[in-house]
Amino acid sequence: MISIQTEDFDPAEEYSRLKEAAVDAGAIVIFTGLVREDHDHRDAGGSPVRSLHLEHYAGMTEKSLQSIVDEANTRWRLLATRVIHRVGELKPSDQIVLVGSASAHRQDAFESAQFIMDFLKSKAPFWKKQTTEQGSDWVESRDSDAEAIERWQKSV
Amino acid sequence: MVIISARTKHKHKQAGYSFTMLTIHYFASIREALDTDSEQLALPESVSSINDLIVYLGTNNPAFQSLSAADNKMLVAVNQTVVDKSYRLSENDEVAFFPPMTGG
Repeated sequence: MISIQTEDFDPAEEYSRLKEAAVDAGAIVIFTGLVREDHDHRDAGGSPVRSLHLEHYAGMTEKSLQSIVDEANTRWRLLATRVIHRVGELKPSDQIVLVGSASAHRQDAFESAQFIMDFLKSKAPFWKKQTTEQGSDWVESRDSDAEAIERWQKSV
Repeated sequence: MVIISARTKHKHKQAGYSFTMLTIHYFASIREALDTDSEQLALPESVSSINDLIVYLGTNNPAFQSLSAADNKMLVAVNQTVVDKSYRLSENDEVAFFPPMTGG
């Protein structure tokens, strides 16, 4: 299941739902991503992030996340998956994203959760704008995010 | 032949010219630079690909031209799927221009 929402989420509740949905699962991985004060590594020594605004392309977001999850299902034997991504205004230490993956074995659950996160970061239409005391800037994409995807392509 | 006639049938005829109707969305830094989130356009028949559309929009809007000049900073989606700039446009396509994504 995929949700795009402004509201916060409860990882414990999502874990319970995955456990219930994935009958006879042997492994459940839940990843959560949080807003960091020092969001932009390249700006070390800069001002701390006060807030983060997340914009998205409604419609395409759901469609692209679904195709990422579909691809994960072709690569690993998964019993259930869960993706939640928040949009709107967020503060440092807020939860932004949750990816959950349930499988019979840990390797499938670990790898698929990482695969979904890696693709979500640069293939789903979300954009972050951060505000510090110096003003607001759009966060630029990182080469390391593109490299994370290339790694999966090599392993096809 | 069938495809050509189907396309022609859906074109808007007006004062002897033929137009293709498109909806264009702009997101994030591109939306802010253009001060527009979406627009509907009737395009002349000479605009048939995304490359043509980029040239056409840039001719009418210097802000768009400077954005598109920073080539790798602008991605294009048609009907909510990222496409190559050689993509051939069709009637009622939903086109979107945006910077590289930064989710997660």
